Amino acid sequence: MTSEPLVLGIESSCDETGVGIVRGTELLSNAVSSSMEEHVRFGGVVPEVASRAHLEAMVPTLEQAYRDSGVHVKDVDAIAVTCGPGLTGALLVGVAAAKALALAYDKPLYGVNHLVGHVAVDQLEHGRYDERTAALLVSGGHTSLLLVDDIVTDVQLLGETIDDAAGEAFDKVARVLGLPYPGGPHIDRAAREGDPKAISFPRGLTTGRDMEKHRFDFSFSGLKSAVVRHVQHEERMGRSFAVADVAASFQDAVCDVLTAKTIDACVEHGVKRLVLGGGVAANRRLREYAEERAKKAGVELRVPPPVLCTDNGAMIAALGSEVVRRGLEPSRLDLAVDSSMPVNQVLAA
Amino acid sequence: MLILALDTATPAITVAVHDGERVVGEARGEGAMAHGELLAPAIRDALAQAGATMDDLTDVAVGVGPGPFTGLRVGVVTALTLSGSLGLAPHGVCTLDVLAAEAGDGELLVATDARRKEVYWARYVDGRRVEGPEVSKPADLAARFPGLPVHGRGGRLYADVLAHVPGVDDPSAAALAGLVARGEAQELPLEPLYLRRPDATPQVSTKRA
Repeated sequence: MTSEPLVLGIESSCDETGVGIVRGTELLSNAVSSSMEEHVRFGGVVPEVASRAHLEAMVPTLEQAYRDSGVHVKDVDAIAVTCGPGLTGALLVGVAAAKALALAYDKPLYGVNHLVGHVAVDQLEHGRYDERTAALLVSGGHTSLLLVDDIVTDVQLLGETIDDAAGEAFDKVARVLGLPYPGGPHIDRAAREGDPKAISFPRGLTTGRDMEKHRFDFSFSGLKSAVVRHVQHEERMGRSFAVADVAASFQDAVCDVLTAKTIDACVEHGVKRLVLGGGVAANRRLREYAEERAKKAGVELRVPPPVLCTDNGAMIAALGSEVVRRGLEPSRLDLAVDSSMPVNQVLAA
Repeated sequence: MLILALDTATPAITVAVHDGERVVGEARGEGAMAHGELLAPAIRDALAQAGATMDDLTDVAVGVGPGPFTGLRVGVVTALTLSGSLGLAPHGVCTLDVLAAEAGDGELLVATDARRKEVYWARYVDGRRVEGPEVSKPADLAARFPGLPVHGRGGRLYADVLAHVPGVDDPSAAALAGLVARGEAQELPLEPLYLRRPDATPQVSTKRA
């Protein structure tokens, strides 16, 4: 068979309903409906609100993906769907829709790992992985550092956050600074006018015993508390503090530790290629640090375009296509969602 | 005519295939937390029993609740997806109506478990829903309709305060399909009857602008 697998992918693990269609490493459509606006007044993603939005958006998003690509689900070789990790109620909507399509058109169904999808999506931009790759995935729900020797059969978790996800820390600090949700882009914008060295905020898990036990893990809850204490202290002293400086210094602390540990891991594991993924990959300071440090360490940096960094269906289709290409067994029709699916499980039985 | 009927608004996952005259395939699954796993195999099994394929279907009927949200959505999104892609005629029916269809004539209440010590309920006269669906505390429901017979698992769970009539505990897709086939369903939009808002409090004031 010379033609690459034509796969439809469905993503619904958090607040984005995504349907993508790919042929091998070629992106044909990537329809996304976000419920982000509905979460703004809650200051964070509310699982039940997200699940309700997925249900409403599912059929329109499927239809948009068909229109954009000129490919209908009846034409595809397989259907892939995120079955974890993520919010259970949200995941269930996508998985139920995927099963309905698999039944309706007698297509093989593949339940795949959301985080590995964030790595696979870069294949649509830069071609197939042909060497050991590290992936730093940073979003409102995840902060994970992966070592990928094979996108389907050999993915390991090198480190992850032991408390808040980096994006979550951005949201919480934005709230303290009176900036809107989601915090990432607003802090990034505010930080442009600020001095990243103005306040020395802590870098979590970077010293002594922490480095022995958690060399490649992350922690942002102490940093978040330090920002809150700083703001409260300034207010108590009756001083007006510079939002821009706090934003810049906080952002610098997050991005410094994320990239320092990632490059350390690349060197330790002999990795020559690094991929960024997740919504926080759009952060300006993170990209600056990553570019500078990767270059210095002789590591090639790959960052997919923002629309492929945030949650989407194309990344699931891309991973699904890779799974199909390897001729792996489809998932069963009683496929369950797994809110904490480990990264070394790329495909669910 | 070949109707696929399904309901996931209660722990009893139920699927039936109906040819307009009678039920030709039926499958069930039981599990309060397993709707996502059990529904698709039950659809496959019911179709196989009917000797039919998806291509033979003309209609899809689904219980739109009320019921616990996560399980309810599995059935509704399945019906939406099948209807949207295969072009099946959609029929949304209140899950309590499905129970009422098997509860008999006269005036009665149907109640299911709404968790949090509450029931989902509706009032029926000769099989027609005349009030509800609503969600209430069992004692409030009993005070509002003293002595009115209550059918369904909600009545059984709170038989200490409600006038529970044993018989039908859970909805059956066969009854649902029958309502639709006979044109007796009080049809609703194909969307979940949540009756409750999401549990979330809007953020109070941010610290400073």
